[in-house]
Amino acid sequence: MSRLAKILLAGVLGGSLAAMPVVDVSAQQVAAKSSARIGLGRPALPEEIKAWDTDVRPDGKGLPVGKGTVKEGDVLFQERCASCHGEFGQGVGRYPVIAGGLGTLKADRPDKTVGSFWPDASTVFDYIKRSMPFGNAQSLTDDETYALTAYILNLNDVIKDENFELNEKNFASVKMPNAAAFYGDDRETAEKHFWKKDPCMKDCRAAPKVIGRAVSVDVTPDSKAGPKVD
Amino acid sequence: MSDKPAADSLNRRRFLAAAGIAGTGAALSAASAFAAEGGKPDPLITEVQDWNRYLGDGVQSRPYGTPSKFEKDVVRRDVPWLTASPESSVNFTPLHRLDGIITPSGLCFERHHGGIAEIDPADHRLMINGLVDRPLVFTMEDIRRMPRVNKIHFLECAANSGMEWRGAQLNGCQFTHGMIHNVMYTGVPLKVLLDEAGLKPNAKWLMLEGADAAGMNRSLPIEKALNDVLIAFAMNGEALRPEQGYPLRAVIPGWEGNLWVKWLRRIEAGDQPWQTREETSKYTDLLADGRSRRHTFVMDAKSVVTNPSPQAPLKHKGRNVLTGVAWSGRGTVKRVDVTLDGARNWQSARIDGPVLDKSLVRFYVDLDWNGQEMMIQSRAIDSTGYVQPTKEELRKVRGVNSIYHNNGIQTWLVRTGGETENVEIG
Repeated sequence: MSRLAKILLAGVLGGSLAAMPVVDVSAQQVAAKSSARIGLGRPALPEEIKAWDTDVRPDGKGLPVGKGTVKEGDVLFQERCASCHGEFGQGVGRYPVIAGGLGTLKADRPDKTVGSFWPDASTVFDYIKRSMPFGNAQSLTDDETYALTAYILNLNDVIKDENFELNEKNFASVKMPNAAAFYGDDRETAEKHFWKKDPCMKDCRAAPKVIGRAVSVDVTPDSKAGPKVD
Repeated sequence: MSDKPAADSLNRRRFLAAAGIAGTGAALSAASAFAAEGGKPDPLITEVQDWNRYLGDGVQSRPYGTPSKFEKDVVRRDVPWLTASPESSVNFTPLHRLDGIITPSGLCFERHHGGIAEIDPADHRLMINGLVDRPLVFTMEDIRRMPRVNKIHFLECAANSGMEWRGAQLNGCQFTHGMIHNVMYTGVPLKVLLDEAGLKPNAKWLMLEGADAAGMNRSLPIEKALNDVLIAFAMNGEALRPEQGYPLRAVIPGWEGNLWVKWLRRIEAGDQPWQTREETSKYTDLLADGRSRRHTFVMDAKSVVTNPSPQAPLKHKGRNVLTGVAWSGRGTVKRVDVTLDGARNWQSARIDGPVLDKSLVRFYVDLDWNGQEMMIQSRAIDSTGYVQPTKEELRKVRGVNSIYHNNGIQTWLVRTGGETENVEIG
């Protein structure tokens, strides 16, 4: 039955459409408590918040009670993660390299891995818990997530002891090598010279020369390579 | 077909002849000014065409209209080698085939981290929790009962032009600049939703979280959240497209696209940022000294000439329309300058259409081209006085490993035959 038919039927059964409440009475009552509020939405239940609120912060807020060792993580990693990330986190194909790269950030081609780049260990836990394994997200238990985090940190020499057990109590003590290298957006000062009063309009420079061409790189997809639209 | 008379063989022959003429395409249209000189009348005019004789499709043959079949090349395209899988990937808006300032919904570039979530709006929930007086759950019906507003804003991926840091790489403005779109959103100001839950005084940051298989999450400063952020359910007058976050997404005007969480299911209030994967390992700007900027939210002023460009070469000498788009995450676009001689001399372009806050503007130069080689660039100047920098100026500050926020001036080399290339000049 269509929605409209249901409403009409309800109206007939109820005697009159006009008798149907237009606004939820409880919503009206809630709204009456504060004039700024409309009163829409209903209280989120503790079980619902628990189900969705899995996020973890650098200070450890949000970490669930649980534990996992480097060794346990190794076993899990080979089963669930290595097909994309490689046995030692070296990456397969174009899937992310998650280990190594220490000291490469100033190099011509930096390797931005968990160990060489990520500022916070909490990000590893938060991200694995919400979105890994790729294609089967949120299938890992809290203990498995601790174990995998421990293993990835071990691959990156952040945790050196294979018997180390990571848990909610010792998590915030893990420090990442590149943590100090991040700073807030300073474009308005560091790039202040991009605010110019009168950009040049006439005879601004000598005759330019072409110094680089995309066609020489030759990585542009063929113009006919788009999807078929028939 | 049933209510349309079948074309007889004569008509079919005539049709094929006409198609054959049209098939010579570029050369003929380039020479259209000379057709009259041959003295031969144009059969497209002198002979009755099928579409002029036979009835076309009736109403409801296309209950949801799509572009003409002759526009089939106007599609989003991807660069397969860029990413490991199509579910965590990007494609690009065909800027060189668009005009005005509004991007058609079906051509808005896509960026997903776990594929397109397909969610029945009846099954969608938005939760607000954390540092609030009343943690709440909203249905889509609740959200559609709240006061709503309409705003036109650009969304640019922070990685737009990210492949060009080391030099000209991709030969087409669809690929160099196509991670942008500009649509009208209908939605509820985030402040209205937060007022329902009641923010606690120590709530300084929000975390926005998606319902997709990536569980995309980003931290948003509370000042921005209360200022102009929308929770949108419609784009260009209809429901959001699935690939744009149906049924609900965040709209964070002027700030990098990654913050505009799609399939938005939860907003948590906290007293500090979460430092999620997308705001630490990604979407931070690695500089030459090995340090990295983070929370680089604002998209700086930028512009690009879309025509001519490598996918849209010049076909005619004489009068042509040079056009492009410009935008700034800091306000409105005040002026766009264009050079034809590689930044030696500039002229201000004509901006036409609405000039709106944190929206694309469309600019034109009505150009007489005598076949000379050109090095075309555009530079945007915004309402704060920011002048779009050259790529060289950007590299001086940032090096070449930033990936994100490349708003440097683009150069197109138009050769004497009209072919156009992505180049860098020095």
